[in-house]
Amino acid sequence: MSDTVTGSQTRTEGRLRVPALPLGVTLAVVVALVGVYVFGQREAGLVTQSIATGLLLGGVYALVSVGLTLIFGVLGIVNFAQGAMLTLALYLVYTMTSSWGLPVYVATLIAIPVMYLFGVLVQTTLLNKLTLAGSHEGPMLITLGLSLLIANVLLMIYGGRPLKVGGSVDGSIHLFGAIASYERVIAFVGALLVALLLTVILRKTSFGMSIRAVSANAQGASLVGVDVSRIYGMTFGIGSACVAVAGGLMAPFLSLTPSVGEQFTILAFVIVVLGGLGSVGGAMVGGLVIGLVQTVGALYLPGTGSLILVFAVFVCVLFFRPQGIFGAKP
Amino acid sequence: MSAVTERPAPVVDPGDPRLRDRTTMRSFIALGILVALLAVLPFVLDEQSQTVAIRTLIFAIMAVGWNLMSGYGGMFSFGHAAFFGIGAYTSAYLLVEHDISPWIGMGAGAVLSAAAGTLIAFLCLRYRLAGAYFALATFAFAQVFLLAVQNIDALNRTEGFNVPILPEESWSMMQFDQGSPIYYWIPLGILTIGLAGTIWFVHSRTGQYVQAIRDDEVAAESLGIPVMRYRLITVALSCGFTSLAGAFYTQYYFFVGPEQAFGAAVSVNAIVPAVIGGIGTIWGPLVGALIVGPLSEWLTEVLRDPPPFLDFLQGLTGLDVAVYATLLILIVLFMPKGIYGTLRDRFRS
Repeated sequence: MSDTVTGSQTRTEGRLRVPALPLGVTLAVVVALVGVYVFGQREAGLVTQSIATGLLLGGVYALVSVGLTLIFGVLGIVNFAQGAMLTLALYLVYTMTSSWGLPVYVATLIAIPVMYLFGVLVQTTLLNKLTLAGSHEGPMLITLGLSLLIANVLLMIYGGRPLKVGGSVDGSIHLFGAIASYERVIAFVGALLVALLLTVILRKTSFGMSIRAVSANAQGASLVGVDVSRIYGMTFGIGSACVAVAGGLMAPFLSLTPSVGEQFTILAFVIVVLGGLGSVGGAMVGGLVIGLVQTVGALYLPGTGSLILVFAVFVCVLFFRPQGIFGAKP
Repeated sequence: MSAVTERPAPVVDPGDPRLRDRTTMRSFIALGILVALLAVLPFVLDEQSQTVAIRTLIFAIMAVGWNLMSGYGGMFSFGHAAFFGIGAYTSAYLLVEHDISPWIGMGAGAVLSAAAGTLIAFLCLRYRLAGAYFALATFAFAQVFLLAVQNIDALNRTEGFNVPILPEESWSMMQFDQGSPIYYWIPLGILTIGLAGTIWFVHSRTGQYVQAIRDDEVAAESLGIPVMRYRLITVALSCGFTSLAGAFYTQYYFFVGPEQAFGAAVSVNAIVPAVIGGIGTIWGPLVGALIVGPLSEWLTEVLRDPPPFLDFLQGLTGLDVAVYATLLILIVLFMPKGIYGTLRDRFRS
């Protein structure tokens, strides 16, 4: 997917620099963390806990971002409704667990195809015409409207009272002095599996090849017999299904309100731009980096202060390397 | 660039100055009549409706400002809350901490807002961010402002500012009796300036250049138009004007906090009326605001006290926004030029 960045890029990097950059970023992160341990004037145990929390949180962020990056990379749509779709998935899981008494992870398995169909429906009925016409602002406005619609319909049905999904795995594990609950570890592992699965699908299957062909050159792909609007629909469907996985894995440790997904939309944008729009691996690395920046930054900047760091990273990347860490030249 | 911002039909034929003058004149006359009609509304409306009217005017001011940059300039901003917020906070800060008249605060906010907007736009354009990337960058800047305000002690963090309420009316402090028509005439005056400015802008040489740049940047540049300069002028006008809405907001509601000033919902409030009415048209943002403002109020009213056959709607919150979100989606899908833009085209042909 790293060949699918759309938008405007000015600089053309040498081919060799692209694989070197992720390595550089990883090194930089490691060096920064060691710096925090040595010079940070914070208790080592506290730092370890922040890093563990940050990585686990980052995995979850990545899960939301993977869908967003796929949708942007292939369709060129900035999906403002990604967070709202996450909320929708969360409420689906909540309804299945509370009304039918299903275990959370079983409910997630059911939510995946439902959200996939929802995504296909949204793309085919609302977005296809504008996407095929190559419009940027049109789909952006529609997904904006969709996010308002989803959040407020949920508000009408469930009310604004925070809800809790119960019945998950209790307990926690200790690693190097840090504590992590099983629920968060499961979410992290699930995120890795989904990213791996997506990468395999995109690289190895003929369906994945069609997706890559469409993202590289929709017109060319349609000339050689790829049904472009069908691929568009399926891609948006997969992007939504990713959110369903994210919703299911996050449900045990989130407090549900109709606007719970909003914060994830913003963060997912940051992560996707950081990792390179259209790059699945980039979304994973971006997610982990942002998770770390947020939790380790919180050691020094209380309240929402650490989010300013997140946005500072975002703006710098946007200006100096709009194609992100993994994004290649257009 | 896209189906939404590309409007091939020019508003006037710039080749014929006489025609240009005549259309300009006609627009100004229409504005005069409209404002005269709107100005007498407070004598007709009850206090409740006047509140709605004032909120509608605030929507309209924001949409008119947004439309300059995003409609005519083709630089799609998702972060106009930044400029609304700067206006709101500057006037609130100057008033509460230094006892400076909100009129001066309003001006200071506009200058600060224009400067901030120009800087942000310069950075974005300098690094060649376009389309979705430009929108995301503006969105990010608005979020940075929101977070910054929430964390700065001098701006009272999440508590915001309460405007001290004076015992009696005061023109210099922009405070009047509750329900006074002056609270309606001030935003109406601002809106009039904005619309008159838009009419002038659209027909001026600057505006013509800006629209040419929007429609084909490369061609405009090759003709020797200084693209960056004209774009930045547009952004400065747009941001400065939007901030006036923020300053008035603080003054009218006697309060401003981070979310009311810089929240993402504020940016949405600037975008939605313009899109519904028609992007890149003089009257579109006003038409959109006149629909969105009263509509959401009317829906809230219906929900509070529904007619018998709609009893099941009683007490449902969220329906008002859901309805206007649906309206937004439908308009973008079926009337990409907005309600005013579509009607105008139909009458022309």
